[in-house]
Amino acid sequence: MLGLCDCNNFFVSCERAFNPSLIGRPVVVLSNNDGCVVSRSNEAKQLGIKMGEPIFQIKELVERNNVAVYSSNYILYGDLSARIMSILKESLPGIEVYSIDEAFLDMRGIPLQELQPLGLELCRKIFKYTGIPVSIGISHTKTLAKIASKLCKKYPKLNGCCLMQREEDIEKVLGKFDIGDVWGIGRRHLKFLQTYGIKSALDFARMSPYIVRKEFTITGLKTWKELRGEPCITFGEERMERAQICVSRSFATELTTFEELHQAIADFTATACGKLRRQRSICGEVMVFLLTNMHKEDAPQYFTNYIAQLPFATDSTLEILQSSVHTLKKIYREGYGYKKAGVVLGRIAPKCTMQQSLFSTADIAKEKRLMQVMDSLNNTYGNKTLVVASQGFEGIKMNRNHLSKRYTTEWEDILEVNCR
Amino acid sequence: MEGIQTLLTKFATMKKSTKEQERTILQIFSPKYSNNPLYNNIPLATESVHAGFPSPAEDMLEESLDINKLLVKHPAATYYVRVKGESMRDAGIYDSDILVVDKSLEPTNNCIAVCYIDGEFTLKRVLINAEERTVVLMPANSNYKPITVTPDNDFIIWGIVSYVIHKIERG
Repeated sequence: MLGLCDCNNFFVSCERAFNPSLIGRPVVVLSNNDGCVVSRSNEAKQLGIKMGEPIFQIKELVERNNVAVYSSNYILYGDLSARIMSILKESLPGIEVYSIDEAFLDMRGIPLQELQPLGLELCRKIFKYTGIPVSIGISHTKTLAKIASKLCKKYPKLNGCCLMQREEDIEKVLGKFDIGDVWGIGRRHLKFLQTYGIKSALDFARMSPYIVRKEFTITGLKTWKELRGEPCITFGEERMERAQICVSRSFATELTTFEELHQAIADFTATACGKLRRQRSICGEVMVFLLTNMHKEDAPQYFTNYIAQLPFATDSTLEILQSSVHTLKKIYREGYGYKKAGVVLGRIAPKCTMQQSLFSTADIAKEKRLMQVMDSLNNTYGNKTLVVASQGFEGIKMNRNHLSKRYTTEWEDILEVNCR
Repeated sequence: MEGIQTLLTKFATMKKSTKEQERTILQIFSPKYSNNPLYNNIPLATESVHAGFPSPAEDMLEESLDINKLLVKHPAATYYVRVKGESMRDAGIYDSDILVVDKSLEPTNNCIAVCYIDGEFTLKRVLINAEERTVVLMPANSNYKPITVTPDNDFIIWGIVSYVIHKIERG
């Protein structure tokens, strides 16, 4: 059997773990730059606040209902996520971290009668150790486990763990489960499903495999099989390594000059390259994109991106930076206010496949050592201790007006307890 | 003048470590040859070569003591908090001390815990009377009053204190 552990309203729960006064209150966490709602407490959901809603559109609702608003504190969330993953890892044969708040659990070989107690114990332990409530769904396939984990949220009586094993139970659940909420069913498919009259997951599972194969390609067929209890998405298959690494930000105020954008792009490139080296990969291309403020209807609009091929696949910040800055020069146009920009590294491959270019003048060994020093300094003394000069020293200004403290990663930020 | 190439060849064919070999090495690396382009092509070993008698302790190396291993029994459940105030002085906990809090521990009678009561974090000794089903939060300083927890209080035991880190002020 396979499991899925999903943290409930993860970002909000992280804020609550260090601030119990938020428990029972409507709370939302905003995206980078305080743009949109990315996490909501159940109370906030009940107020009708939608996922992805821009905060300025719900300003009045927030004030009227005394909704607590937080900027996203990814350092804190990342730390708590790592704690949760380590608890899962030490209790199970294997896990596959799927995102910051989700992991698939390898529960193969665990006797059936032990699954439910194990799941409940993990929920209890994670909540006790971290303060984060989680939902664990267990079933025959990843897709079914995901559905089971969603049931936990709907039915608090399950205490956070739902085992979906018997065929008749699964059928009953699928009959009531909206096909649009099934993992792997994209929004673009919904229209087609509607025309066929497919509403529930069960309707879909009863479709002819030939039609599914034809209309939804092989991915759809996998989902179809998975819903019928046949594991198709095996462990570790989904994302061994990221196929792309994207670092992008919205800016607090629009950037207009080349110098400002240059600094931003250099900064994003350096961050992306750090990620690349952490997963021991190299990349063969780098894309840079720029975007003007779409919400300003009267301002001139410009969206541009360009993919530059690197002379040879590398993980060196210096090499990749040269290409990304060169690309920026190519695509930058004066006279626009840029609201967002980003860098995407592509054609990612494991580092062991690295080949030198015949015509390269770069001293690979030297750059490798430099990158190692840079990474280790930045790991030990904090992100951006050592930067490439073009990254600048002030960093890019972001709106983070409601940021909580970094309780677990900065000594100045640890919780204070009253002895008064 | 003997060419560097000749010297290198000569050096390579020498059998034993001799005075002559030493002299040749010194010659090869003498300033006389430093501008010779061949000099740049002498491969330099990037790895260090072990020489001398191996350390007898090599097979018995152990890691240095790590204070984390002493203080942190459950890394996933361990948090640090800073003390503000003197109400736990008699328990050896002073203002500005750093506490190691292990959330995996179950509260027991007389434990010292970071509690959350009615909107604020407070550090107290927790007296649990299982028979009478009461909880009293006891300061360790006679200037402060105990608090009896009632069902009306918004009360959480946030974590149990396992160690205190106290800086000794000098002079």
